[in-house]
Amino acid sequence: MNKRILSLAANRLAIALITLVIVSFAVFFATTLLPGDTATILLGQSATPEAVAGLRTAMHLDDPAILRFLHWLMGLAQGDLGTSYANNMPVAALIGGRFVNTLKLAAITAAIAVPLALTLGITAAMWRGSVYDRAVTILTIGIISVPEFMIATSAVLIFAVYLKWLPALSFTNEVSTFYDILRVYAMPVLTLTFVVSAQMIRMTRAAVVETLSTPYVEMALLKGASRPRLVLRHALPNALGPIVNAVALSLSYLLGGVIIVETIFNYPGIAKLMVDAVATRDLPLIQTCAMIFCLGYLTLITLADILAILSNPRLR
Amino acid sequence: MAPLVSIRNLRVEATTDAGRKLQIIRGVNLDVAEGEIVALIGESGSGKTTIAMTLLGHARPGCRIVGGEVRVDGADMVALGEHERAAIRGTKVAYVPQSAAAAFNPAMTIMAQVIEVTAIHKLMSADAARAKAIELFKALSLPEPETIGDRYPHQVSGGQLQRLAAAMALIGNPRVIIFDEPTTALDVTTQVEVLRAFKAVTARHGIAGVYVSHDLAVVAQIADRIVVLRHGEVQEVGTTEQILFAARHPYTRQLLAAFEPKRQDRAAEVAADRPVPLLEVRDLTAGYGPIKRDGTPAVAAVKSVSLSVERGKNLGIIGESGCGKSTLARAIAGIMPGYLGQVRFNGQEIAATAAERSREDLKQMQIVFQHADTALNPAKSVEDILGRPLTFYHGMDGRTRDKRIDQLLDMVHLPRLLRSRRPGELSGGQKQRVNFARALAADPKLIICDEITSALDTVVAAAIIELLRELQRELSLSYVFISHDLSVVEAICDEIVVMYRGERVEQLTPETLATPSHAYTQLLFASVPKLDPRWLESLPA
Amino acid sequence: MKRPPANTIAVLGTKFRGRVGYRVNPVGLIGLAIIVAWTVVALTAPLIIPHSVGEIVDFDYFGPMSRTLWLGSDYLGRDMLSRILMGARYTVGISLAAVAIACTCGVVLGMTAAVTGGWVDTILSRLLDALNSIPSKLFGLVVVAAVGSSIPVLILTLSVIYIPGAYRFARALAVNVNTMDFVLVARIRGESLFYLIRAEILPNILGPVLADFGLRFVFIVLLLSGLSFLGLGVQPPYADWGALVRENIGGLPYGAPAVIVPSLAIASLTISVNLFIDNLPAKIRDKEEH
Repeated sequence: MNKRILSLAANRLAIALITLVIVSFAVFFATTLLPGDTATILLGQSATPEAVAGLRTAMHLDDPAILRFLHWLMGLAQGDLGTSYANNMPVAALIGGRFVNTLKLAAITAAIAVPLALTLGITAAMWRGSVYDRAVTILTIGIISVPEFMIATSAVLIFAVYLKWLPALSFTNEVSTFYDILRVYAMPVLTLTFVVSAQMIRMTRAAVVETLSTPYVEMALLKGASRPRLVLRHALPNALGPIVNAVALSLSYLLGGVIIVETIFNYPGIAKLMVDAVATRDLPLIQTCAMIFCLGYLTLITLADILAILSNPRLR
Repeated sequence: MAPLVSIRNLRVEATTDAGRKLQIIRGVNLDVAEGEIVALIGESGSGKTTIAMTLLGHARPGCRIVGGEVRVDGADMVALGEHERAAIRGTKVAYVPQSAAAAFNPAMTIMAQVIEVTAIHKLMSADAARAKAIELFKALSLPEPETIGDRYPHQVSGGQLQRLAAAMALIGNPRVIIFDEPTTALDVTTQVEVLRAFKAVTARHGIAGVYVSHDLAVVAQIADRIVVLRHGEVQEVGTTEQILFAARHPYTRQLLAAFEPKRQDRAAEVAADRPVPLLEVRDLTAGYGPIKRDGTPAVAAVKSVSLSVERGKNLGIIGESGCGKSTLARAIAGIMPGYLGQVRFNGQEIAATAAERSREDLKQMQIVFQHADTALNPAKSVEDILGRPLTFYHGMDGRTRDKRIDQLLDMVHLPRLLRSRRPGELSGGQKQRVNFARALAADPKLIICDEITSALDTVVAAAIIELLRELQRELSLSYVFISHDLSVVEAICDEIVVMYRGERVEQLTPETLATPSHAYTQLLFASVPKLDPRWLESLPA
Repeated sequence: MKRPPANTIAVLGTKFRGRVGYRVNPVGLIGLAIIVAWTVVALTAPLIIPHSVGEIVDFDYFGPMSRTLWLGSDYLGRDMLSRILMGARYTVGISLAAVAIACTCGVVLGMTAAVTGGWVDTILSRLLDALNSIPSKLFGLVVVAAVGSSIPVLILTLSVIYIPGAYRFARALAVNVNTMDFVLVARIRGESLFYLIRAEILPNILGPVLADFGLRFVFIVLLLSGLSFLGLGVQPPYADWGALVRENIGGLPYGAPAVIVPSLAIASLTISVNLFIDNLPAKIRDKEEH
């Protein structure tokens, strides 16, 4: 029996690896094969043709694309992320601290959003059709229907402009006390929590509601089980797969949502770095950031798939 | 003494998709005495399950109890609050579902679910409950009673699960148990064991029962009294003997009549010469999974089966679930190609897959599936469904096609005004007729019928069989008729092939039908319930 | 007169006449009205705007709502109402074009994969899944970094981003329909792939596919707004609603209507579409007695 689980899990991992290769291929070609000559960009419009040609050779720009792709991929695998075009610093050095900042933001958000969303989603399903359920549903539809920047700007309007409780911008280097942390992270985390939780609540609720309509839940009801028992003992263990998936998908959305949030609150994270890199067409930096995001997404999804396999009682 | 269960003027309302309210139970009265087993019998939609559910104070989503009272041991389940009802469920009234396979939670062990009632109602300690469950497993003659509870539901067979569901119902010492078609999903040979176990356990503990079923013969074995229902109203009530042998209501008689064996006299019309058979199957092996080195599939559902069908004759293929009869049908039709062996049609070998067969071969051999619900495209009108094969095979269009569609509808006895209906607006029997008419539209020589009456109520199924015979006389068709139901096959077939575990066990002619030689065939035939209350007891154990 | 119970109605079908009707929920109706209103605005914007979009009509910037300027003025003192009305063209137009391309491609590919099965299905699914594992905003960022941002590029990028989702959705539905016996019947009748997709599969998945179309439209509006907000979407001198928020973000500390109104416009559109989908008019084929 465990053999089957192992082979299924290994299968998922293999799929993730293949996907990663395809994705890196896509990222590489999207950023390098399209118009705009890197050497010219680097040296500026006034550079002599000889200088440009020299740089092209030095950067292997004249090699066939597939070679350059493999070269780049090998570099990535060895931890060589390349050098930034914009300021000639190693990409790794540029990313380091900012990556940690983004992770902090994501971790705090996840720590708040996941328990909150699961509780709301499960309880809404438990009391389906009640006023509470309807309120939760309307709220979540409202949140998923508006752009993230609207939630962020509303938060600024309310807490910074009208109430004047919080600063409008984040400066992580000034943080020293708990109060500072609260002030700095409050709005970015609040915004991201809203954005991420809404999806998670909806999907969790849907998963539980679906399991609640199965014959075995009816059977439990006819044994005299109470509503919490029906949900917690009978529905939830069977809804685990879809719920884990919902959590993973929502958290992966964090990766996208963070781009807007970091920009608005001027938070020095990796997403902000990437947006700035786009403005300067700093390709190695863009490529690396993109790969980090894709890797994060794939890890989450694969983890969810494997957890779903583990939680499937039929495979025991 | 007041009866244990007394239902008075029960009315249940259902809300349709359109939001319209309909009464589906209309003033039903019913009593069940202490220790008595009462059967509720009727066709689908008669409201039998809905009534049984009200004993638990439960109405399925979309339904609502709107009037009357349901007293169980004095308490009115209709008037009670949700908490009081929950307290009665599992302790006074228990439920055995139609499909135990669906009613067991796949994420919990069987034992945890069987003793859950004792935990919910705090009846006894977990250890005591486990000991009691094992006693019940023994009483229900389950294999490995000590350890079977540690398994998960998917690790146990259907017949065992059904008995485990009975154990789950019995653990709380209920006064009355509701059996909701508990053997319908089982094979006949398994059904016998399960029925026996149910009967023994209820008799020993003096438990009353409400047994919901559509099968009079099954009910005759276990019930003291029978209530015949139709359209949410009681048609007739009587002791089992009264209903079986002295039914007064015309509807009851109709139900009984559908049970009469309708064996036909066809042996007389044996053809003078023996021409090439219409269909010949030689050593056909088919199955699933990767192909092994010797060219056979990993799971061989059909193992080296040979058979032949004469022109204008019918061949029945009978066997229990998993015997390979449907796979055989699909292999013949080219849906699931056989790996070894050959299929000869009209004296010539034809390709294994439908994709490789000529349009003429495809046209002459049609297959009709069991579930008309899924065999008819719900998005198309009857006209379009029947019109497509006419256009496709015969290139008909315009008025000729319209005329032919009308003819086809006439042939299957459907009113022409159904032309513009969608399948969703037809009854089960009507859908199956359209399904059959579509096969006829091709002008086939052979029609493979895969369990085409199994999903229908007995009365409706009998009418379909009658139609098949009539069409055969008119169109000189041949049928390969696949079924698990001996009486249906007997009614229409000239010869019968019995299958067991993918192999052909025996081929019977009308002469040898009464005296099968193979032990499995004997067991299979003996397991078909008879309209005789003493049949179950008369069976050798 | 006897009225049969609900679940026997089908059995007694011949006695009843099908009656087709629609039940419309008022909430869905409000949603539909707002969608229609914005569509009309998008089509007729140049005719109904009170001022030219480039014309500076207010001496003050971030002006408040007033009788002359209903929605105030923007960071240059231009009329916000006119800019919002014109913005509808870009937001609705680009999103609609993108969602149409995405859903058409996704649904056709999804149905083909489901019906064909085998390696075609495996390769298509694997490729599109890989595409799907690039976060959407990121994909937009990368493409804009590479090729810059023009309206055709935007439409194409947005549709490419949402093809995998539409594909997955349609494929899942089509796989379900494909297991039905009526598809098998058509297959062994000898029908072509095109017929199977068009006549047997598509009619049975059309309802959910249209709902998905709406949902995906919402996603695309949100993503387009997000990209424009980041300065990667519609470029000046044109401005969609997301770009309007970006332009006027400086007014945030003053709570200027110029920042708030474009957001509200987006929300009104997306919430309406969501409400409409959740309360789609139910087609009723109820049986009535004669």
